[in-house]
Amino acid sequence: MRDLHGIQVEGLVREFKNGPRAVDGIELEVAPGEIYGFLGPNGAGKSTTVLMLTTLLPPTAGTARVAGFDVVREGPKVRSAIGAALQEVALDPLLTGREHLRLQSALHNLPRPERRRRSETLLERVGLTEAADRKVNGYSGGMKRRLDLALALVHEPRILFLDEPTTGLDPQSRNALWEEIGRLAKGEGVTVFLTTQYLEEADLLADRVGIIDHGHIVAEGTPASLKAEIGRSTVEALPAEAEDRQRIASIFERFGELQPGSPRGVAVRLATGDDGLANIVRALDAEDVRVVNLKLHAPSLDDVFLEKTGRSLEGAGGDAEPEPVAEPVSS
Amino acid sequence: MSALALQIGYLARRSVIRTFRQPASVFFPFVFPFALLAVNAGGLDAATDLPGFPTDSFLAFALAVPFLQGALFATMNGGTDLARDIQTGFLNRLGLTPVRGVALVAGQLAGVVTMGFLQAVVYLSVGLAVGVDLESGLAGGIVLILLATTIAASFGAIGAFMALRTGSGEAIQGLFPLLFVLLFISSMNMPRNLIEIDWFRTAASINPVSYLIEAIRSLIITGWDGQALALGFGIALALGVCALAASGFALRTRLTRT
Repeated sequence: MRDLHGIQVEGLVREFKNGPRAVDGIELEVAPGEIYGFLGPNGAGKSTTVLMLTTLLPPTAGTARVAGFDVVREGPKVRSAIGAALQEVALDPLLTGREHLRLQSALHNLPRPERRRRSETLLERVGLTEAADRKVNGYSGGMKRRLDLALALVHEPRILFLDEPTTGLDPQSRNALWEEIGRLAKGEGVTVFLTTQYLEEADLLADRVGIIDHGHIVAEGTPASLKAEIGRSTVEALPAEAEDRQRIASIFERFGELQPGSPRGVAVRLATGDDGLANIVRALDAEDVRVVNLKLHAPSLDDVFLEKTGRSLEGAGGDAEPEPVAEPVSS
Repeated sequence: MSALALQIGYLARRSVIRTFRQPASVFFPFVFPFALLAVNAGGLDAATDLPGFPTDSFLAFALAVPFLQGALFATMNGGTDLARDIQTGFLNRLGLTPVRGVALVAGQLAGVVTMGFLQAVVYLSVGLAVGVDLESGLAGGIVLILLATTIAASFGAIGAFMALRTGSGEAIQGLFPLLFVLLFISSMNMPRNLIEIDWFRTAASINPVSYLIEAIRSLIITGWDGQALALGFGIALALGVCALAASGFALRTRLTRT
């Protein structure tokens, strides 16, 4: 029955000494097999949340259950059920990739033949077989990230925490990692809790997204529903002849509310769904109006963030999250 | 074998591998103490003419010092390695496995203990090769290596505590001169009863490093001196136990996993 559990969080708080509430009473639920994107700018509370859910930081208040286990009272059980690749790539530069995997699988008490088999499988899966016997200090950033992911998977966890896994990666490495994350969730049913500050990443990978700002979750839902919540798409046309602007505006008025666009263009927020674009094209054609450019702007998660917080997510990074102050555990 | 022993074994293997992949961690502990020994033995040889000096070979008298210097390097290297684990987040990665805290510290010390053992073998071998007579014989040589390894492990535990307390490799490096001062205000170059300056003699008498040196020295120039050995082993073990206990507390604060 444990496999039926994902993540349940209620009123989770983390307060640092002499600092702000990094996480301030968040509530969230992640279903088994789901990819949950936890989106927010730097310092929003994403990493602090991950540290609490992975049992590495005791919460100040609230409860969280991961894989059906309480993160405070059942830490060892939580740890046996989860894998985590935290924000900083946590590798020993003097060990090889294969040595990392052997050590990690040994510490997870895997039997010796299983350790070898699992290490080889993971090295192959993350494309590090050839580099497996090289010391990690010779790896590129992408290779380190991939090894970090492999280490998180060594004991076949049911829930995977990935804290900004693609930060600093080149597009090719990022795409490869996205592919792997998608495969884990859809192919193997692993629940993925993914923090990111990249809109595209959350939009592309996540089944549901939670947007966190200043320690509060300000919006939650599927990317599509969040975007639909804040409005419809906008179509903007750039006329071939400047004198056609008025005619285009008259046509556009039939499809929605005119919006301020570029100085030479005409824009309309569609009253219906995105199929309005096809109707606009037909109408322009029917009235023989020529345009040099016609573009559809769908609402993005950044628009959602803007709507909910009054700021744009891109460039909204505040101060970094306070570094967790080590405190003794009270359990 | 118990799970704890296995965990210590895995981490010990890593610690040893890592130590020997850092040339500076291997080279300097072997070379530097011999350079200082050569300078001291050459410059202070006349001290053997002092009435009451326990031997007529200053080289034999001073041979105990490299063992302590090697242990100091062990403190620094072991501590720096652990601090690096904290800084890179590797300690958190280990903390996400079922590994027990005691295995983390004990495994970490394995590299230090291995280096301490090898250093002791080399220092003793070189000493014998250049003509020092080991008054306690072959058995004494074995005890000497055991004592030197114990001292290295204890000093390594101090380095581990500092690393867990500060989480900073720089702080560990900063500790090195302080420990070096402790070495210099000990009986490293002169028997305590022949130190004429009162404050220096007092400082050397309350400095535990003096008793560690004297225990090693007794095996080289005296033979079997039960009191010196008891003090040496006792202080080394007491330091080690205290440092390990302190490391345990520091680890609980550093790694706040539930």
